[in-house]
Amino acid sequence: MASILTNLFDGVAYGMLLFVLACGLAVTLGLMNFVNLAHGAFAMAGGYICAVLVNNSGWPFFAALPLAFIGSAAIGIALERTLYRHLYSRSHLDQVLFSIGLVFMSVAAVDYIMGSSRVFIKLPAALEGQIDLFGVGIGRYRLMIVVICGLLTLGLQLILAKTRFGSRLRAAVDDPRAASGLGINVPQVFAFTFAFGCGLAGLGGALSAEILGLDPYFPLKFMIYFLIVVTVGGSSSITGPFLASLLLGIADVAGKYYVPKVGPFVIYTVMIVILLWRPNGLFGRTAAR
Amino acid sequence: MTIALETRNLEKSFGGLRVTRDLSLKVMQGARHALIGPNGAGKTTVINQLTGVLTPNSGRILLEGHDITGLSVHRRVLRGLSRTFQINQLYADLTPLETIGLAVSERMGRGGDWWRRMGTRDDVNAEIAELLSRFHLLDVMTELTSTLPYGKQRLLEIAVAIAAKPRVLLLDEPAAGVPESERHDILAAVAALPRDVTVLLIEHDMDLVFSFADRISVLVNGGLLTEGAPDEVARDPQVRAVYLGEAADA
Amino acid sequence: MTALSDVSTHAMASARCRISEVAFWVLALACAFLFPSRYLIMTDIVRLGLFALSLDLILGYAGIVSLGHAAFFGVGAYSAGLLALHGIINEPVIALVAAGLVAAVLGFLTSFLVIRGVDLTRLMVTLGIALLLEALAERFSDITGGTDGLQGIEMQPVLGLFAFDMFGRTGLFYSLVVLFILFLLARRVVHSPFGLSLRAIKNNPLRAAAIGVPVNRRLIAIYTLAAFYAGIAGALFTQTTALASLDVFSFERSADLMLVLVIGGTGYLYGGLIGAVVFKMLQELFQSITPQYWLFWIGLVLVVIVMVGRARIHRWVLFVPNLIIRQLAGRKAAVAVPESDAS
Repeated sequence: MASILTNLFDGVAYGMLLFVLACGLAVTLGLMNFVNLAHGAFAMAGGYICAVLVNNSGWPFFAALPLAFIGSAAIGIALERTLYRHLYSRSHLDQVLFSIGLVFMSVAAVDYIMGSSRVFIKLPAALEGQIDLFGVGIGRYRLMIVVICGLLTLGLQLILAKTRFGSRLRAAVDDPRAASGLGINVPQVFAFTFAFGCGLAGLGGALSAEILGLDPYFPLKFMIYFLIVVTVGGSSSITGPFLASLLLGIADVAGKYYVPKVGPFVIYTVMIVILLWRPNGLFGRTAAR
Repeated sequence: MTIALETRNLEKSFGGLRVTRDLSLKVMQGARHALIGPNGAGKTTVINQLTGVLTPNSGRILLEGHDITGLSVHRRVLRGLSRTFQINQLYADLTPLETIGLAVSERMGRGGDWWRRMGTRDDVNAEIAELLSRFHLLDVMTELTSTLPYGKQRLLEIAVAIAAKPRVLLLDEPAAGVPESERHDILAAVAALPRDVTVLLIEHDMDLVFSFADRISVLVNGGLLTEGAPDEVARDPQVRAVYLGEAADA
Repeated sequence: MTALSDVSTHAMASARCRISEVAFWVLALACAFLFPSRYLIMTDIVRLGLFALSLDLILGYAGIVSLGHAAFFGVGAYSAGLLALHGIINEPVIALVAAGLVAAVLGFLTSFLVIRGVDLTRLMVTLGIALLLEALAERFSDITGGTDGLQGIEMQPVLGLFAFDMFGRTGLFYSLVVLFILFLLARRVVHSPFGLSLRAIKNNPLRAAAIGVPVNRRLIAIYTLAAFYAGIAGALFTQTTALASLDVFSFERSADLMLVLVIGGTGYLYGGLIGAVVFKMLQELFQSITPQYWLFWIGLVLVVIVMVGRARIHRWVLFVPNLIIRQLAGRKAAVAVPESDAS
C-alpha cells in the first residue's frame, strides 16, 4: 500500500514537472498555432545554465533556478524576435522543418560545448533522501518539485484569470485583429508569452536534470512527451495540459514500476487512440479551430 | 411526374441554433427549381446536407426515391447528384483538361486506374473534348486554372459538374462575382443545360431566378416560407415583406 | 475532329518521356561505372533516393505530412534482416519484395489512422507510430537483437548469380536496378488517372469528393504504396550493409528525409533523387569539417531554407539544378518549385 502511494506521489511529481516543461508549448501551439518542436531545447538550455552555475561557479541550487528561468527566457525572446515571428503565418510543414533544424543545431552545439555525457547538478543536502509522511516514503527532492510546480501552476492560473496581461493575452488569442483594434500590442503580447513559456521550460529543465536526466539529446528524447501533453490536454486552457501531464506522469511511473516489460509503447498507443478519438485533445474544445 | 430530389422533415442545428427547420422540399423531374432566401436563411447548409458534406440531425433525403441520407459525398455524385460551388473551389494547379478529365474518369469508374496513362482512352477523350468545346474552354485547356479569367473559371465549374453526368444538378449562385462582360456566357451555359437534367438553383440574383426558374421555394430562417410558380411567389406579400425588409436593412 | 486529337495529345503530354530524363539515368549509370572507389556512398544515395521517392508520393502528390516515415523503412529493414538471418527466404530479390509487402501491410493498417486527422494530428500520429515501433523493437530484443541490432546476417547472391562483394559493386548495381524499376512504376502511377486524382485531393479534398473521387480510398492506396517503397528502401539498407539496428526507426531518419525532399523539391519524383545526391554531398562535406557535429550543419541548412523560403531557395540558390528540374518535370515552373504551402 505504502509503495503504491510512493509511486503515486512520484508520478504526480513527474507529471507536474512535465507540465512546467510543456505549458510553454501549449501556448505556442494552442494559442499561436505554431508547431514548435524545438521547445525542449529551451528546457535543455535552462538545465545546462543551472548545471554550470551550480557545479562550476559554486552557486547555491536555489539561486541558480531563477537564472535558469531568466536565461532560457532571454534566449527565447531573442529567437522569437529574430526568427520565430516570421514563421507564425507559414504552413505547419515549414514550422516543423524550421524547429527540427533548431533542435539539431542545439543538440550538436551543446554536445560540442558541454560534451555528450549526462550532466548531474549538485543538490543541497537538504534535498536528498526521503522523509516519512504517515508511513509513506516521499523523496525530498520530489516534494520540492511538487511544491514549486504546484505554486507555479496556481500562479499561472491567477495571472491568466486575474491580471491585465492575462485578459490581454486571452483577447489577443481569441481574435488578434479585434485585439489590436482595441489597442493591444499583439506581437508584444505574443513575444512576452513566448519568452515566459521558454523561461518555464528552462526552469523545468533545471528541475528535471535529477529525474529525467540531462544530456544533449534531451530535446529529442522528450519532444514526444511535450507534444503528448499538449495534444492530449488540448490547448484551450492550461487545465487540460495540467491534467494530461498528471495522467502521463502517473501512467509512466506506474508503467515503468509495475509492467516494466510493456515499456513506453503503452503511452504512444494511448496517445494515438486519444488523438483519433478526440482530435482536439481530451480536454480540448470540441469545435474545430 | 416523378420526384427527382426530395427532403423530408430535414433538421439541422449547430449548438442551440436551428439552421434548418423541418424542411420538406420536392424537386420534380426535369424541373428548373430555384431556392431563394435572404442572407442567413440557411441555403448553404441545405446544399451541404443534400450533397453529404453535413449530416442532418434528423429527416431524410431521397434521390429519385432512394434514401441517400447516409451516403458519402462521392457516392451521391456517382448516384447522379452533382453540384457547383458558389465560391471558386477549382484546382488551382490543374488545367481545365485535367480537371474535366478527372471528373469524366471518375464517372466512368476509371479514376482508380493506376497503370493506364492519361489520354489513352478514346471514349474519355471524346467526352472531354465535347465538354471543353461546349463550355468554350478548348483554347485554354492547358493553362493552369488559377490563371484563367474569372468567367472561364465559372464555366469550368459548371462543366465539371456536368462531366459527372448528373440527373440532378445543384447550382450554387453560378453567376456570383462574374463581371458583366462575361456574364452572358454563364447565363447561356445555364440555359443550355439539357432538359433531362433536373436543376435546383440557389441564387440571390432575382433577374436570373425569374428568367430561369419554373418553380420557386423561399427559405427563411431555415424553414420553408412559401413555394410556387414564379408569378405566385412574386405576388406573395410575405415574400415581398422578407425581401423589402432585407433591402431596407441593407 | 481536331479537338479530340488535341485533347489526347495534351492529355498524354505530361507522361511523355523527355530526353533530359534519359540523360539523368544515363548519367546515374555512368557514375556507377566511373567512380569504382565510391560504391558505398553511391549505394547510400540510391537507397536514400528511393526512400525520399516514397515520401514524395505521399507528401508531394497527396499532401500528407509525415514525421514518422522511418517506421516503414525500419519494418522493411528488420523484415529483410530476419528473413536472411533465419534463412526463411534466401534469395535477396524475393526477400526484398517480401519485406516491402510487410511494410505495405503496416502502411495499409496505419493509413486508417493517418487519413482521419488534419495536419497536426497526422504529424503526431505518424511520429507516434514510428516511436511505437522503435519501442517495440527495443522491447522484443530477443527477436530484433535490441540495441545491438541484428548480428551475423549473411546475404546470398542476387538471383543466385551475383554475390555481394566487399567493395559494394553488386550492392550498388542491385540498388540502382531496384530504384530504376520502382521509379518507372511510380512514374506510371503518378501520370495515371489515379495520380491525377491524388493531385486533386491535395489541392482540395472536399472538392475532389464533390466530383466523385473516393478520397479516403485513394489516400489509403497511395499511403500503402509509399509504405511499400519505404520498406524496400529499408530492406535494401539491410541487404547491402548486412546490418539492421534500432536507429532505422529513429526520428532523425524521418527528419533527414524531410530535408532531402525540401532540398530536391516535391511533386515531380526526381526531387527525392536530386535531394539525396545533394544531401549526401553536404553530409560528406560537413563530416570532413567537423566529423561529430554535422547534425549542427544539417540543422542550419533546414533553418536557412525555411527562413529564406523554400520556393525562393529553389529559384535562387538552386538556379542551375532548377533548370534541370524544369527539364525533368516538363510542366510549368509552378509545379517544379516545391509547393509553398503543404498544409
